[in-house]
Amino acid sequence: MDWEVILTNAIRAAVGREALVFALLAIGLNLHFGYTGLLNFGQAGFMLLGAYGVATIVATFGGSLWLGLFLSILLAVVFALFLGIPTLRLRADYLAIVTIAAAEILRFIARSPSMSGITRGSFGLQAFADEFYAINPLPAGSYGIGRVSFGANDAWLLLVGWGVVAAAFVVTSLLVRSPWGRVIKSIREDEDAARSLGKNVYAYKMQSLVLGGVIGALGGWLNAVSIQSVQPDSFSTPITFFAYVALIAGGTATLLGPIAGSMIFWAILSLTEGILRGAIGAGFIPTTIMDGNQVGQVRFMLVGLSLMLLMIFRPQGVFGDKRELLLDAR
Amino acid sequence: MPADPKAALDRVPPEPGARKPDPLLVADGVQRAFGGLNAVDVGHLEVQRGAITALIGPNGAGKTTFFNLLTGFDTPNAGQWTFDGRSLGGVSAYKVARLGMVRTFQLTKALSRLTVIENMKLGATGQSGEHFFTALLPGVWRRQEREIEKRAEELLERFKLAHMRDEFAGTLSGGQRKLLEMARALMARPRMVMLDEPMAGVNPALKQSLLDHIRDIRSDGTTVLFVEHDMDMVRDVSDWVVVMAAGEVIAEGPPESLSSNRTVVDAYLGAHHDAALTLEDEERRLETTEDAEGSAR
Ligand SMILES: Nc1ncnc2c1ncn2[C@@H]1O[C@H](COP(=O)(O)OP(=O)(O)OP(=O)(O)O)[C@@H](O)[C@H]1O
Ligand SMILES: [Mg+2]
Repeated sequence: MDWEVILTNAIRAAVGREALVFALLAIGLNLHFGYTGLLNFGQAGFMLLGAYGVATIVATFGGSLWLGLFLSILLAVVFALFLGIPTLRLRADYLAIVTIAAAEILRFIARSPSMSGITRGSFGLQAFADEFYAINPLPAGSYGIGRVSFGANDAWLLLVGWGVVAAAFVVTSLLVRSPWGRVIKSIREDEDAARSLGKNVYAYKMQSLVLGGVIGALGGWLNAVSIQSVQPDSFSTPITFFAYVALIAGGTATLLGPIAGSMIFWAILSLTEGILRGAIGAGFIPTTIMDGNQVGQVRFMLVGLSLMLLMIFRPQGVFGDKRELLLDAR
Repeated sequence: MPADPKAALDRVPPEPGARKPDPLLVADGVQRAFGGLNAVDVGHLEVQRGAITALIGPNGAGKTTFFNLLTGFDTPNAGQWTFDGRSLGGVSAYKVARLGMVRTFQLTKALSRLTVIENMKLGATGQSGEHFFTALLPGVWRRQEREIEKRAEELLERFKLAHMRDEFAGTLSGGQRKLLEMARALMARPRMVMLDEPMAGVNPALKQSLLDHIRDIRSDGTTVLFVEHDMDMVRDVSDWVVVMAAGEVIAEGPPESLSSNRTVVDAYLGAHHDAALTLEDEERRLETTEDAEGSAR
């Protein structure tokens, strides 16, 4: 077993594309669930819109990547309004049900044969992000330290991607520390109390839903641009749950939680995969117990196990405040 | 505002639906039924501006439901009401609060995972930092925030909560939560506060200082309507008392007039007649009422 490779791969995963994309999904969910108390189970839908917004504009309609970015954001705003208008006046559970269904509906629309003129059904769309790499200012070469190095195009994507994460972090930090943030937190605690103090609860919930959704869509946009491909089935419900896992592991309603949680999540996935493959390769695990083909499934079991341990020993997540959890018991 | 709000009510006849010289709140035919139960059925009620009005009545009389209706937290089956001449029927709860009619809840709503000071600051209205875009520019709202914080600290001092300033509100005791909720409502600088059992669970010494505080609120020109079961409190602080039973206003008048009022005594005792009482129980109840009457005179 080559520990150096296993560890460096884990570090690569922690700073890689998936980590930054899920960091954005989780930052959005943190605004919804962590700060406003909105149960959005359709973050994959926002991600899908961000991805298809750019993919269809460029690959189907021959427009520019930046017009695609604009459309991605616009679609996310419309989707949030569409979800919020009927549900945000109702009890919290309605939003949960509607978002999970609506995200699935979006996926079915994207893969339906009748839309294949635009989305090319289950094949999806490819090669639409050349414009992004054309403006890469980094000269060809390798960027990074040792094994944790990336080619110029990957480095460019990571640079922009983590830049977007940083921007989302700054915006949410400013917001949740402002009086606006105080209002959404009060809605999370008790929306009738917020109403009794003259706060327009519905409008605040809507603003939170839109902003968190747009941040999720930016994640989808970056993911699509980095792999130059969109495919409807990569936006299924488990994506949303992975983002929730990242958020809860990092610490709900903390500013760094969703970012750290996502990095940890992808590092653990890589680590468990590396260790399992290494152990099988070195013969520590006989093939009668498991072979290389089963690594994919088993590593998710191990991720589940590590999350259980985290929740047992640090239920508030990496960055959470334990005092807050104690309050729930009262 | 008249110098003595009580004197202004001198000429008002002590009868249900009595007209007041300067009403701030006027309700007409407000009805709310839950299934077959008429929880609220108020024919006519006026609340005098600048006075402290107590709303009393046995458990289940409809006091809380009436509060909910007036403040937009529930919708009546019929009726209209005006606040300072403005009709409030169908106006949503947050707008009612912005118009200056702020209520507290019988079941306290402390915002657990916000600190005490954050709870207080939330109460202030017209905060520029509460708008989405200005929230992103701390420079715009920081000065206002400091002023709000200062006012919040003064109120906390007055409500004996200053030492809990930075604790999560969820760690407060039941009585402290009542205090916090009342102080938070005052942060909104309401024209009228509606307090639903503000003293429940507050210790007697602090009750006295709260009563003083309620008087202070009135001298600032705020109208107070409060629900309370403790008759001593009611007699002590209120300028006018409204009695509800089974959803209706059955009596009104200055506090002294009520304990001798047959309808009121019946309403309170009547509430217990449903339960099978032993003779001794009955006698003991009557005695306590007589005591209450005695101390009122
Ligand atoms: N949401 C509801 N659904 C059904 N019935 C209700 C509801 N809310 C109140 N009621 C009924 O309406 C009546 C009035 O209740 P309300 O809470 O207004 O009484 P109250 O005067 O505030 O009593 P208390 O002094 O005990 O607080 C009660 O009989 C109650 O059972
Ligand atoms: Mg009540």
